[in-house]
Order: sequence, then structure tokens, then C-alpha cells
Amino acid sequence: MTAAVEIRGVTKRFDDVVAVDSVDLEIADGEFFALLGPSGCGKTTTLRMIAGLEFPTEGSIRIFGEEVGTLPPNKRPVNTVFQNYALFPHMSVLDNVSFGLRMKKVDKTDARAKSMKMIDLVQLGGMEGRKPSQLSGGQQQRVALARALVNEPKVLLLDEPLGALDLKLRQEMQTELKSLQRELGVSFVFVTHDQEEAMAMSDRIAVMHDGQLLQVGSPEEIYERPTNRFVADFIGQTNLIDATVEDDDHIILTNGTRLRAPSPHEPGTSVAMSLRPEAISIGPRGSVPDEHSATSLEGAVASVTYLGHAVDYSVKIGWIDLEVRGGATAGGQRFEAGDEVSVWWDRTSDWVVAD
Amino acid sequence: MSGGVRQLRGGTRSALSLNAALVYLFFYAPILLLIFYSFSDDDLVGRWGGFTLDWYRAFGRNDEVQSALSVSIRVALISTVVSVVLGTMAALALERYRFRGNRIFDALLYLPVIVPDVTMAVMMLLFFTWSIDVVNTSFGLSLGKGISTVALSHIAFSISFVSIVVRARLAGMTQTLEEAAQDLYASQWQAFRHVTLPLIMPGVIGGGLLALTLSLDDVVITQFAAGPGSTTLPVYVFGLIRRGVSPLINAVSVVMLAASVLLVLLSLLAQRARGGSVT
Ligand SMILES: Nc1ncnc2c1ncn2[C@@H]1O[C@H](COP(=O)(O)OP(=O)(O)OP(=O)(O)O)[C@@H](O)[C@H]1O
Ligand SMILES: [Mg+2]
Repeated sequence: MTAAVEIRGVTKRFDDVVAVDSVDLEIADGEFFALLGPSGCGKTTTLRMIAGLEFPTEGSIRIFGEEVGTLPPNKRPVNTVFQNYALFPHMSVLDNVSFGLRMKKVDKTDARAKSMKMIDLVQLGGMEGRKPSQLSGGQQQRVALARALVNEPKVLLLDEPLGALDLKLRQEMQTELKSLQRELGVSFVFVTHDQEEAMAMSDRIAVMHDGQLLQVGSPEEIYERPTNRFVADFIGQTNLIDATVEDDDHIILTNGTRLRAPSPHEPGTSVAMSLRPEAISIGPRGSVPDEHSATSLEGAVASVTYLGHAVDYSVKIGWIDLEVRGGATAGGQRFEAGDEVSVWWDRTSDWVVAD
Repeated sequence: MSGGVRQLRGGTRSALSLNAALVYLFFYAPILLLIFYSFSDDDLVGRWGGFTLDWYRAFGRNDEVQSALSVSIRVALISTVVSVVLGTMAALALERYRFRGNRIFDALLYLPVIVPDVTMAVMMLLFFTWSIDVVNTSFGLSLGKGISTVALSHIAFSISFVSIVVRARLAGMTQTLEEAAQDLYASQWQAFRHVTLPLIMPGVIGGGLLALTLSLDDVVITQFAAGPGSTTLPVYVFGLIRRGVSPLINAVSVVMLAASVLLVLLSLLAQRARGGSVT
């Protein structure tokens, strides 16, 4: 099957700034795809190159097999929901939504009927005569969505579409966007710097940093199997412990402690072991089950934070502080600051990442 | 804020209102006087001889006045249309495109606003004399200064004003709107026609009315650029004063004043009408 969007070796330079650095990426038809990364990492630039608002300095972009490298935006079968919606302030909601159809010279009555249907679909029925300035943020967001979707694009590009909404509306819109995407079966390419949003909505996530694509995978893969330090640190909370690879099943921590941890890296490589706080078990000193003896450390509780549904411990292990999340249920044992404890984890929950 | 105004002490307050009254008197007394005496039935300017509309009738009948008026109107229309088109294009180019020398063009565009009228007038005179000479000798023609040179000189200074007004409008409008239009299948021309132009229209109209007013009012530059048969109304009035004043001047001045006020009001209205936010 041809990919909806295929990006090959794409680099974008603005004078001396490399905004996007030799990116390779394939987005499947019907996929909800998130571009995730911190501010300034090149997400918007990547999206704009797919839309045709920016042309790559190098590389090739195909949309359903067709090379679109330098095709202007009006010749591409994609539509964009802009970061601040970019609604036309002098046009009514209906005129905004039907703009694309009118430009494509679709028959007037058809264009009107289609636009009204789309306005209903985004639950703005009855507001088609209003100007954008007479709508709330959430409503403007829906107009932007309807204005793009009414053209039946093959790929919908969304640049932080929920960024300007408050938390509650944001969560509602996340669910709505997701179900709309399922219903229509169109590929959505969704730019966000909010990792929870990306996790909750996407089939696959691409993590970007400094113009480079660091990892592409399902939310589970990205969370549980990050391939490098930046991804591990950026997605969720984690403990990163510096180490050196000894052999394919062991690593040595900087203080000489030898731990079992499978890694695909060459012996001698400096790596970091990523341990999620919730993957670590905590117990009184010496209570480590036998099978975990090679995946455990000893320390003392430095501080305790009670969260209601859980308890966060900061455990001091010599040269590092380890964040550990313990259950707050009656069955689980609770510790105080100063308690001598052991921590251990399953061999499958640690993950060695390259620097 | 308003509290501060109310709390001014009595003495300061009456001094301020006296000042305001004087300023307004200074501004408007001459205008009122002008209007008043334009209805005076006396051959001397500034002597009341009873109410009459004779001077306005004379204004309507006087051939020289009529021809000057028609020159003024023609020059104003031509220079407004041309400077609106060129000024808007200049504004778009400077505001939307990055090109070599962008900054220099930017600075140069403001020059006609700063250069004193007399300097501008001398430059125009020199330029027209020189270039007409070149054209005449090389093509064996006998062209002279006339309405077209006056119109050209007005275009030269109006472009700056138009583009300054239009640019202010463009600067307040995000470029994303044009990108959104193109993303929605509009060609560059369609994006301009359906999105950019309607949004900058108040600026374009305002700039146009400004150009119209400037053209109708100008004396100094016109005097230098004009040739035989291209006397505009303000230039004619100036000439009239030199020959000795007749109350006809009052009537002509009142008409010009009324036209200018009307244009300024229209331009304010245009700015208001679609003044809504464009970001
Ligand atoms: N038109 C431009 N001219 C020069 N540099 C640019 C331009 N557009 C983007 N950049 C630079 O390219 C880099 C990537 O920008 P981009 O807008 O793609 O980031 P982003 O990931 O979308 O960030 P954010 O989350 O803040 O929107 C930044 O360093 C930015 O300064
Ligand atoms: Mg961005």
C-alpha cells in the first residue's frame, strides 16, 4: 500500500538555521499520526512542507505516491488546521467553510449543502451566519476543522489545534477529534508539544528534537522502549542512570555496581538505564526476592510525597536519587523519610538507551 | 484614569478650559469669518453689506474658475487612481516579500513625506524641464508642461502617503490568512482578491481619500509643475490674491474647505466601517 505521506531525506534550512535535518518518515493511510517535540524542534516546519507552505531545501515529499516537492499549496490534496485557526475575519462561518469549495469551482448549491452538513457535523448548526469574532475559542476551532474537512482532503494537517483551549475543552476536543478521524478514515498529522495529548490520541508518534527525528513508534513503544536518552526523558517521568555496557546482558554503573540489563549496544558504550518510577518496587532493606537480586539497589528514603492514589518516594542511592512510585493502598507497605530500603525491578522494565 | 482628571484643582481647571477655548477660537474664528463674509454683499473683502449669494453665483459663472476647477478635479482623479494602485502594490511588496534592498526601499518610500514642498517643487521643475527637453530633441516633438506633468508630480508624493496607510493595515493582518486561503485551493491572485484586498480595503480607501485631498489642496508643487492651461483651483486662488482680493476668493475658499472636510470625513468613515480586528 502506498503511504499517505512519504518523506525522504528532507532537510530545511533558513539561512544558517537547520529547522529540519534529514528526516525520513512514512505516514500510513487512515493513521492518526503525532509529531511531538519541544518548542522550536521543527514540527511546524515539517507540517508546512507537507502543506506546500514551505519547500524543502533537500529531499523528496510524496503524497499518495505523487511527488509534491515544489507544488504550491493550492495544488495539493491536503488541508491544514492552523495554530491560531486563521479564520477569515470578514466572512461568515458559512463563507469560511465553503471557501475551499468555492475556489475549486464546485457548484454553488452543492458547496452550500456540503458546507452546511459539515457545520452540523462539528455541532455548529445555527451559527453559520456569525462572524468568527462572535464565536468562542472552541467554536472557532470547530470552524477551522470544518473548513478543512469539507474539502475531503486525503491528509489533514493540524498544527497544535488544541493549544489555545482550556484543559476541559481540550480533553473534550481530543475525544471528538479522535472519533471524527475514525469516522472519516482520513490520515491526520497532528503537531503537539504535549506528550499526554500525543499518547492519548495517536496511532503512532514521531518524536523530534533539534530538527531531527529521534524515534517513531506506537505510544507503547515510545513509552516503554525509548531508543535514546532524550525520548526517555521527554516522554513521561523516568530515572536515567548513567552506565557502561559490559556485555550483552550486563551494565556497570558509574560507582562500579554491576546490574543485569540486556542491551543491544557494543561493550564499552556509555548508555543510560531508564527506569520508570512506577516500574520500581520498594521494600525494607534485604527483602529483595531472589530472582531480582541482579536488578536491585539499596538506599534510604529521602522524602515522601503523598498523592492520594499513590505515594512518591525519593530514594537516595549513594550518588543518585531515584524516584519511586509506590501504591497507597492498605496492602502496600508505607515508608518514612530515613527508612533503609531496597528497590528492585523486573528485568523487562529497565531499558538501556544510548546517549 | 478619569479620577485624575476630576481631581484637578479649581485654578488649574479654569486655566485649562480657558486655554482650550482660546485654541478653538484661534482655529475656528478665521473659518467662521471666511464663511460669514463670503455671503457679504460688498466689493471689499471684510466689510458687511448685507446677505447675498452673488459670489457663489459668480463662482459658477466665472470661466477661469470653472476651468481651474475642472483641471483640479481631473488631476485629482488621475493622481488618486494611479497612486492608490502603485502605493498599494509598493506596500504589499515591502510588507510581504523579502528581497535585496528591502530596507533601502523602505526608507526611500518615506522621503516625499519628509522633503519640504519647495524642495520637491524645484526638483520636479528641474526634472520635467530636463526630461521634456530630452524627449523633444530626440523625437522631434514640442511637448510642454501641462496637466500630465501636474498629475505626475501629485502621483509622486501621493504614493508615499497611500503606501504608509496601507502598510499600517497590512502589518496588522497576519500572513497566515493568505496562507490559509492558498491551502484552501486559492491561487495567489484569488487569495489577494478574496482575503487580502477586502481586509486592507479601509486602508486603501483611506489612502485614496488622502491622496485626493492632498492633490486638491496642493499649491507649491503644482505651481512649479504646471504649464499654460493647467492652472488648478488653489493655484488660481493664489494668483487672484496677488492681483488684488475680491470677495470671490471667499466663496471659492469656502467651497474648497467644504470639499476637503467632506473628504476627510469620508476617509474617517472608511477607516471605521470595516475597522474590526484583522489579526
Ligand atoms: N521562516 C523562518 N525563518 C527563519 N527561521 C525559521 C523560520 N521558521 C522556522 N524557523 C526556525 O526553525 C526552527 C524550527 O521552527 P518550527 O516553527 O518548525 O518549530 P516548532 O517545533 O513548530 O516549535 P513550536 O512548538 O514553538 O511551534 C526554529 O529554530 C525556528 O526559529
Ligand atoms: Mg509550531
